[in-house]
Amino acid sequence: MSEVTQLIHHYLRHNKKFPHMLCAGCGHGILLGSLIRSVHNAGLSKDEVVVISGIGCSGRLAVYVDFNTIHTTHGRALTFATGIKMANPELVVIVLMGDGDALSIGGNHLIHAARRNIGVNAIILNNEIYGMTGGQCSSTTPQDCFSMTTPFGQLEKSFDIVDMALASGANFVARTTAFHAQLTDEVIGQALANPGFNLIEFFSPCHTQYGRKNKYKNAIAMYQDLKSKTMDVDKYKALEESKREGVMPIGVFLKRDDPALETRYAGVRAKLQEAKQKKAEAAKAAQAKPAKAKEPKPDKGAKGKETKQDKGDKA
Amino acid sequence: MKKKRTQLFALGNEAVVEGALLAGCTFFAGYPITPSSEIMEVMAQRLPMEEDSVFIQMEDEIASMGAIIGASLAGRKVMTATSGPGFSLMQELIGYGCMVEAPMVIVNVMRGGPSTGLPTSPAQGDVQMARWGTHGDHPIIVLSASTVQQCLDMTITAFNFAEKYRTPVILLLDEVTAHTRERFELPFAEEYEVFSRITPSVPPEWFHPFQDSLRGVPPMPPLGAGYRVHVTGLTHDEMGFPTQRPEEIEEAISRLFRKIDQFYPDIMMVEEYKTEDAEVAVIAYGSVARSAHHAVDRAREEGVKAGLLELKTLFPFPRPQVVKLARRCKCLLVPEMNMGQMSREVKRVNNGITRVRTINRVDGRIITPTQILKNLTQI
Repeated sequence: MSEVTQLIHHYLRHNKKFPHMLCAGCGHGILLGSLIRSVHNAGLSKDEVVVISGIGCSGRLAVYVDFNTIHTTHGRALTFATGIKMANPELVVIVLMGDGDALSIGGNHLIHAARRNIGVNAIILNNEIYGMTGGQCSSTTPQDCFSMTTPFGQLEKSFDIVDMALASGANFVARTTAFHAQLTDEVIGQALANPGFNLIEFFSPCHTQYGRKNKYKNAIAMYQDLKSKTMDVDKYKALEESKREGVMPIGVFLKRDDPALETRYAGVRAKLQEAKQKKAEAAKAAQAKPAKAKEPKPDKGAKGKETKQDKGDKA
Repeated sequence: MKKKRTQLFALGNEAVVEGALLAGCTFFAGYPITPSSEIMEVMAQRLPMEEDSVFIQMEDEIASMGAIIGASLAGRKVMTATSGPGFSLMQELIGYGCMVEAPMVIVNVMRGGPSTGLPTSPAQGDVQMARWGTHGDHPIIVLSASTVQQCLDMTITAFNFAEKYRTPVILLLDEVTAHTRERFELPFAEEYEVFSRITPSVPPEWFHPFQDSLRGVPPMPPLGAGYRVHVTGLTHDEMGFPTQRPEEIEEAISRLFRKIDQFYPDIMMVEEYKTEDAEVAVIAYGSVARSAHHAVDRAREEGVKAGLLELKTLFPFPRPQVVKLARRCKCLLVPEMNMGQMSREVKRVNNGITRVRTINRVDGRIITPTQILKNLTQI
């Protein structure tokens, strides 16, 4: 218990931020706890961690933790993360997004961040609803479920975040839920150690906005539902096709260590610098030579270099 | 012996890149759009070669803005370039930039609008949008340039203003200025000033990230330097945390305005040409100012005492200079390639002192010296 207290004192901001605004039964706090434990276990300092969040219930999480925190606009958290990681690759960037954030308004940024394999850890807190704005359907609200804007049932299909991340080229893809805190600790830990774009989908029940409209008696019923319908991904893969209906696989779907964008960029820069240095040395050598030999070679070399730089546009 | 400046012959867009690099820009994110693409292309070529610099092409203009704000918070001098449609997409995050006081430069090469409009023709239709595009009450600095040399100079100025006042600065070019190829000179290092943001000098536990001061511009630590600031687009108190208290909101927003307001004399830049004895004065900006310059010369030959006030700062609007001129002249002539966006400002500050006439052109062609001359001689 004392360990928990220590973590709380070390990683949460004390002044003016509490009590937090999350509802009773919300899963977001479980993720925040996991995040703190994972960062602690990874041995990262608070100064090198940047937590970026979007808008919505998940967006408010950033303010509670004592890292470098940025609360951005709706859906754009990943673009900020891309800029920050490219500007300073030393930083450990963690992005917290909701399902509306990551898949509706920011869907484009999600697939592109995965495609370019930028070294960012993205955690999508999926509560299948727009919680903060009052319970409107989101792009992960299951078909036939009810919300404020689908009073007669959702007609559209919902996104599968894991499938989307796999298809977009992410380096690490995992799914976990608020019921599986230990698994969450583990996958966040794995993600923090993995290069490139790491995506974790975290199922977070929202009884206030989603459960009440969809015949869940209370928040506990939603957690029990998560417990009963989830299955380890390896077991799920061994399952017959016909038995997969209604089962949600959890765990690590993909893990590879393709070099991240910032690493590849550094590689290109190193090459360019090397070429630049060689060129400068060659120019120096050419300049040193004519002192001995009479031919005025350096002029030619210097001229060639200049015109190349200015593309012959010297007036 | 006098050293000679390096002379280059290039596009206005390329001069913007030269200016940005001289000013210390080390991060560019963008999305291709005519007629600003050259800025991005040259940046893609140059930045990876420069010391510790980053170039990245994003998936859209919104993402470009997100990336440069992120990089700005990480301590970089940042820039993006776009044109009308992209500028529309950027507006939300320009407001975010104002709120979190992130220094950044946004170049908007204006093309014909509305909507997709005339991608390869000039216009000046984004003037009021640059001022009021993003939602909410906010201060902003908008600059303009009329020659390729000015493209370079004003880009340096834009970076300096952004860093000095911790605000987004918009550089409004039009297609003609951006795509004119002419000679310009690179200034020597001692000929221009480069300003970098002030970083906190107190230890992290004493630091109040958005505290008011005489200057009104708080120091800005880069991410990862130990200050662990909370940055949010919500209205925040001086510690950076969201607030709902009226007195804190009032303080935060009024400081945003004051930090620009109190430096008006530094920010408002105009260039006067033959205005000392002018009876009619042309007020112009961008490529139109060049036509006006020529028209003034020709009008003088014809015996009309004409002058030119070229606006280099569009917003905050150079009110004192315009009023001074209005008091002296029989008429102010405002030619622009839109239906009258800057002339609104001129009429507002003129407030009945003298006559204000406008020339408006929205057919995708430039306003010619002859057109201005004809109006000058008629007055």
